[in-house]
Amino acid sequence: MTNIFNSSIGKKLIMSITGIFLMLFLLVHLTVNLMLMVGDGELFNRAAHFMGTNPAVKVIEPLLAIGFVFHIFYATYITLQNQRRRPIRYSTSAFNEVTTWPAKNMYILGLTIFIFLIIHLTNFFWKIRFGTVETITYGNESMPNIYALVSGLFINYWWYGVLYIVGAIALGLHLSHGFWSAFQTLGMNGTKWIKRLETLAYIYAILIGTGFSMIPIYFFLF
Amino acid sequence: MKVKLKIWRQKDARSKGKFEEYELDNVAPDMSFLEMLDSLNQRLIKEGKSPVAFEYDCREGICGSCGMYINGRPHGNDHKTTTCELRMRKFKDGDTITVEPWRAAAFPVVKDLVVDRSAFDKIIQAGGYVSVNAGAAHDANAIPVPKHNADVAFDMASCIGCGACVAACKNASAMLFVAAKVTHLAQFPQGRIEAPERAKRMVAKMDELGFGSCTNTRACEAECPKGITISAIAKLNREFIFNKHNDS
Repeated sequence: MTNIFNSSIGKKLIMSITGIFLMLFLLVHLTVNLMLMVGDGELFNRAAHFMGTNPAVKVIEPLLAIGFVFHIFYATYITLQNQRRRPIRYSTSAFNEVTTWPAKNMYILGLTIFIFLIIHLTNFFWKIRFGTVETITYGNESMPNIYALVSGLFINYWWYGVLYIVGAIALGLHLSHGFWSAFQTLGMNGTKWIKRLETLAYIYAILIGTGFSMIPIYFFLF
Repeated sequence: MKVKLKIWRQKDARSKGKFEEYELDNVAPDMSFLEMLDSLNQRLIKEGKSPVAFEYDCREGICGSCGMYINGRPHGNDHKTTTCELRMRKFKDGDTITVEPWRAAAFPVVKDLVVDRSAFDKIIQAGGYVSVNAGAAHDANAIPVPKHNADVAFDMASCIGCGACVAACKNASAMLFVAAKVTHLAQFPQGRIEAPERAKRMVAKMDELGFGSCTNTRACEAECPKGITISAIAKLNREFIFNKHNDS
């Protein structure tokens, strides 16, 4: 059998599987982040400490990195390949009734998220993993005060808040198509399921988009 | 009514084409789009000019040959119609109408609005058949087929291979066409046996001929004159990914 991943459907399959994996990660990420808005930051710091020291997370972390790399690499490869499929473009274009703006601009949205991701990683991940973060002690347990790092960024630099909201909106739009599209590529769709999957996609996209946007707004207001 | 036409003119496959503008009076609202082009061509012939080349055959929406890109949409701005079924009453008096051929690397322009769609034939030749000698026509009810499968098969068989899906897709993908053919033949006991192999071969041919991949924008189903939906593509993906090929 020739390798399935050489075919056009196989390449999309990689996008779909890595996409679903990344969507699961986003749910975990959002759950921990929403704790930023609870109390004085102890809950968040403890959750972040748990995530940073948990052996299961240590195993999943490189997989997550691989997931991102494959998703981004194949998206670029497929997009470049697809652009060659219409060498002469149309001079006119019109809207149809079902195609959404995110569906047509997944790569541009993805690129926006990628730029955001780099800034985001330098802001937090890099500092926490390779830099020095002040520690805080709860009872007899001391841990890095990531709450102070996050709140400091959003309180001192309002434009970082704006940047993070832009990132969250781009992510929400990307997911509004990506969520149901991942299941369609896997073949898990049909005339009845498309409406259900699209509804779930919108719920998930709004949850992720507004969830992450709320955090900078919270620090800006309170 | 009066219309202004902006039509793509290209002498042959090698020439570089360009848009030419024509003004047409006395267009009856009940004319089909092709009849309107016929009246333009009559005038061009009388004037000693080369008529606009476009493809047609049945003029009743079942042959799939009259594909053209009208004002940014395949077969124009009307639902589930082919160009021959599109009536001039869908346009306003004084409208400018832009007409282009299908644009895809796999569908090269032959002349003006005519493109070479033989890539579709090659995909069919790669596996779009049931390879048993069926002999003379059998009794239709000899092998009972559930109503649901019969309905799905019929819906998929209504694909006329016009190429609107490819023309509409931003990746010029032929997935809806291939999906319709694969799903159609997989509904019956005779066609079911070869279904995974058929899917594999037809997708490989589609990739080889320079069609793009599917990014689920649904533009194809919005433009399909026969209303085939992307649920067919989901079925093709299922066939391709999950069913084992007989390849030993």
